[in-house]
Amino acid sequence: MGSQSVVVRFAGDSGDGVQLMGTQFVAATALAGNDFATFPDFPAEIRAPAGTTFGVSAYQIHLGARPITTAGDAPQVLVAFNPAALKVNLPLLAPGALIVLNIDSFTSRGLAKAGYQADPRTSGVLDGYQVVEVDMTELTMGATASFGLSKSDAGRCKNFWALGLVQWMLNHDIAPIEDWITKRFAKDATIRDANLAALRAGHAYGETAELAAAVPHVKAIDAQFPPGEYRGVRGGEALSLGLAAAGELADRKIIFCSYPITPASTLLHQLARYGHLGVGTFQAEDELAAVCAAIGASYGGAIGVTSSSGPGIALKTEAIGLAVNAELPLIVIDSQRGGPSTGLPTKTEQSDLYQAVYGRNADTPIPVIAARSPSDCFEVAIEAVRIALRHMTPVMLLTDGYLANAAEPWLIPDVDAIPRIASNSARPRTAGEDVGAVIFDRNPESLGRPWVAPGTPNLMHRIGGLEKDLRTGNISYDAANHQAMTNLRADKVAAVAKFIPPQKVEHGPEQGKIAVVGWGSTYGAIYQAVRAMPERERVSHIHIRHLSPFPSNLGELLRGFDKILVPEMNMGQLASLLRDKLGVETQQLNKVTGQPFLIAEIVQKIRSLLAPTVAVRSKPKAVKGDRA
Amino acid sequence: MSAQLAAKDFASSQEVRWCPGCGDYAVLKSVTRALADVGAVPEKTVFVSGIGCAARFPYYVETYGFHTIHGRAPAVATGLKLANPELDIWVVTGDGDGLSIGGNHLMHALRRNVGFKILLFNNEVYGLTKGQYSPTSRLGTRTPSSPNGSFDSPILPGSFAIGAGAKFIARAIDVDKVGLGGVLEAAHGFDGAAFVEIYQNCIVYNDGVYNAFTERDKEADAQLHVKHGEPLLFGADKSKGLAFEPQSMTLKVIDARANPSAVLVHDETNRTLAGLLVALAPPEFPVALGVILRQPGQSFEKAYYANQPTKLKRTGRVADALRQTSTWTVPAP
Repeated sequence: MGSQSVVVRFAGDSGDGVQLMGTQFVAATALAGNDFATFPDFPAEIRAPAGTTFGVSAYQIHLGARPITTAGDAPQVLVAFNPAALKVNLPLLAPGALIVLNIDSFTSRGLAKAGYQADPRTSGVLDGYQVVEVDMTELTMGATASFGLSKSDAGRCKNFWALGLVQWMLNHDIAPIEDWITKRFAKDATIRDANLAALRAGHAYGETAELAAAVPHVKAIDAQFPPGEYRGVRGGEALSLGLAAAGELADRKIIFCSYPITPASTLLHQLARYGHLGVGTFQAEDELAAVCAAIGASYGGAIGVTSSSGPGIALKTEAIGLAVNAELPLIVIDSQRGGPSTGLPTKTEQSDLYQAVYGRNADTPIPVIAARSPSDCFEVAIEAVRIALRHMTPVMLLTDGYLANAAEPWLIPDVDAIPRIASNSARPRTAGEDVGAVIFDRNPESLGRPWVAPGTPNLMHRIGGLEKDLRTGNISYDAANHQAMTNLRADKVAAVAKFIPPQKVEHGPEQGKIAVVGWGSTYGAIYQAVRAMPERERVSHIHIRHLSPFPSNLGELLRGFDKILVPEMNMGQLASLLRDKLGVETQQLNKVTGQPFLIAEIVQKIRSLLAPTVAVRSKPKAVKGDRA
Repeated sequence: MSAQLAAKDFASSQEVRWCPGCGDYAVLKSVTRALADVGAVPEKTVFVSGIGCAARFPYYVETYGFHTIHGRAPAVATGLKLANPELDIWVVTGDGDGLSIGGNHLMHALRRNVGFKILLFNNEVYGLTKGQYSPTSRLGTRTPSSPNGSFDSPILPGSFAIGAGAKFIARAIDVDKVGLGGVLEAAHGFDGAAFVEIYQNCIVYNDGVYNAFTERDKEADAQLHVKHGEPLLFGADKSKGLAFEPQSMTLKVIDARANPSAVLVHDETNRTLAGLLVALAPPEFPVALGVILRQPGQSFEKAYYANQPTKLKRTGRVADALRQTSTWTVPAP
C-alpha cells in the first residue's frame, strides 16, 4: 500500500508516554525523508484517572510527500492503548482505518471506565475498520522479562513496543530511536536496555507471519525537499530560537520575563537554557510583574519580552499601555488558547485578536503580528523585535496552543543572511540643549524615539505613564498636546506599514472568484483546501502576518475577488477587523471546538460559495457576511 | 564625574508639586543630600516609582527616573536591575502603592533580595485620591470611604518585611535629617533589597498621625534609635532600656540604671530581635528607628548572573543552536 501521505494517531492515558512516543516518531519520520506535521492533543489534567475518556492524550502525525501542512484530517492508523482511547478517537478515523488495540486493557473494568456497555471488538462499532488486536502489555513484559523490572516499570515500556510496531508498518528505520533511547537513559542501563528491547520486539512482531499477512506495510511516498540542511522543529522551539537570533542581530541581551501558564510555558523552559546566547529568563511572581520586569529590562537597554496566553495577557494590559506611553520597546507573546476565562487551557483557539488589536484602555494602538506555522515562529520573532526597536513600541506576537506544540521539518535558516536589527541611537546633546529635545527627537519615518538607557552620561531624563510634552517629554496636561500625542501614537503604528512587504497571495491568482483569507495557525488547512480547488474556479489563499497595521495593499488586493472567505478559530474577529479597517464584507467560517480546522471543512465551505446561486449576478464587490 | 557633586546638583529643574508643608519635601532634601554624600553618579542612578504622591519623586531628582504604574515599581526595577546590575536603583513607594495594590511585588522583591533601595513613605492614608484609609491606617480611622471609622486591621510594614524575608530593614521620620540621612546611607551601602520605612506626615489628610512619637516633648521617651552593638536605651537621660522577657517571649521596658546588664544590646543580624523591634509602638513602648536588620547575603542579581555558566555573555551562536538536534541533509540533485 503506497500513498501520498499517511495520518497516524497514538492515543492512551496521560501517563502512557504518548507525547514522548510522538516526538520520537517525528524524529524517525524526518530521517526517513518524509515531510510531516504533528498535532499533540492532550488533556488539561496532568494525570487524570487511568482509563477514563477525559484523561486520553493523543499525538497525531501526518507524514508523506510534500507539501504536508496540517496534521491531517482523518487518521488512517490509530494505536489505542486502552478502551477510552478507542472511544474518544474512533469518530475521527478515516473509513477503513487500521486500528491497533492493546487488548490487555480491554478488561471488563477497562471497558466500564471508558463507558462502553458492550465490548467494541464484538459489538459491531468496529465494522468496516481493519482491527489488529495485540496483547501489547503482555508482549512488552515478555520482551523485557530478563531485565528484572517491576511489573509496572516493564509495562511502561509498551509505548516503545508500539512505536517499534508502527515503524515496521511504515518501513522506517528504528536506529534513530535506538540512538535516542541510548542517550536519554544513559544513566540507567536497565531502563535503557528494557526500552530498547521493547522497541525491537515491537518491530520484530510486525515481521511475524500472522501480522505481516494481516497488515500490509503502509508506505508514504518520500517527500521531495529542496536541497539543504533540515531539522524538525516545534513552534515553541522556533520562537525561542527566533528571539535568541533577534538578540544576536540587534546585539542586545534578551530578558524574557514570564509567569507559568499553559500553553506558553514551553518558551520559558526553552529560553532558560539559552544563557550562552545572551538570553536571560525571569520567572516572575505574576503576570503583572512579568510584563513590568520586561519593561524595566527594555528601559535598561535589553530587549524585554513577556509571554502568556489570553488570561495572562489581560492582566498585562495596563503595563502595555505604560510601554506605549513611555515609548519603550517590548515584545508580548500571546499563545492563544480556548476561552473565556480559564476556558480550555490545552486546546487551541484564535480568539485573542480583538484583545491584541483593541484590548487596552484609551487610544493605545500597538503593532500585532501572527505566526502561521511552527517554523514561521522563528521569522516572526525576529520581525517583532525589528518593529519594536524601530518604532519604540510594544509589539504583540500571536501564536496559539497548536503552533506552540506542533512540529514540522525546517530548512535551517542562515542567520548570517538575515539583516541586522537597528535601534534608534541618540544624537549628541549640544551645550545647553534641553535633554528632552534629544530623547524625543523622533525618526521622521518610523516616529521611533532614540533608545537611551540609564547609564548613558549627560542624557538623564524622566519618563513615565503621565502624558508628556511632544517635544520636551516633561509632564503635560495641555489639551492640544494630548491631541498631538494621541495622533503621534496612532501615526507611529500606522508607520509600520511603510516598512513591511506588500501582502502577497500564497496560492492562486491575484484576482478571482474567492479569496480565502486567514491568519495564524490555520495556514496549513487553508492552503491545502485552496490547492484542492480546480484552477478554473480561481480560488486564492491570502494569509496575513501583519494584522495591525495591515499591509497597505491589502484592501486593494481583496477588492480583486468576488467573495472573501475568512476561516477562523473564533467567532469572526479577523472578519470584523477587515470590515473595520478596510470596509470589506466577508463570508465567515468559524470553529471554536478546540480542534484545528480540517481541510475538508474549508473545502466544503469554498464549494458552497462556488455553487451557482439563483440570483442574477452583478459581480458584487462586497458580500454580506454570514456565519457558518 | 570630575568634581564632587552637592545636594543641589541632584535637584531637577522640575517644579515640585507636593502640598505646602508635606513631609515629602524633607525626604527629598535628605535623599539629594545622601546622594551627594555617598558620591552617587547621576547617570548611573535611577529612581523608579509607582503611583501616589510619593511616586512623583523621580521627576524631582536629576538622575534617570521612571514613573511607572500603580504598585509595580519593584517589578520594573527588578527587570532594570537584571538588564544592568551596575545601576544604583531607588524604588519610591507609599503605603497604598507598596502594601495594597503592589504588596505582592514588594514581598517578592524583598524575599529575592534584589539590589535596590525601597523607600516606603508611610502616611497611613491615600493622599492622591483624596484621603481614603490605607492598609496601614489604624482601626477606626475616619475618612470619606470609612465615615464610621475603618474596621479592617492595618498591616505593619516592618513585620511584613520580616515575613517576606527582607535582609535589610530600617526606619526613619521624614523631618529627622540625621536619622533619615544615616538610614539612607546605610541602605545605599547594602548589597540587596534595602527596605526603608519613612514615617511621613500628610498635612492635608492625616496631619499629626505620628505626633505620639514625633512631638518635641515626646521624642525622648517615644523614640528608640537603635545602633548595632549598642544597648537599646531611650528616655531623656537614657534611663530606660529594653530587656527580653523569656516567659512571654516579648520585650519589656526596664530601669536601665538599676539593671544595666539586663538591657539588650542591638544585634542587627538577629532576625528574631528585629521582628520584636519593628512591632513596638507607643504608648507602652518607643518606636524603633535606624537600621533594625542588616543581614549581608547574596543579592538576587549576583545570584542570577552566577547561575548562568556564561554570566549571560553571548558566547554561542544561534547558527549552532539551530543544529543542536538531529539534522539531515537533502543533497542537491
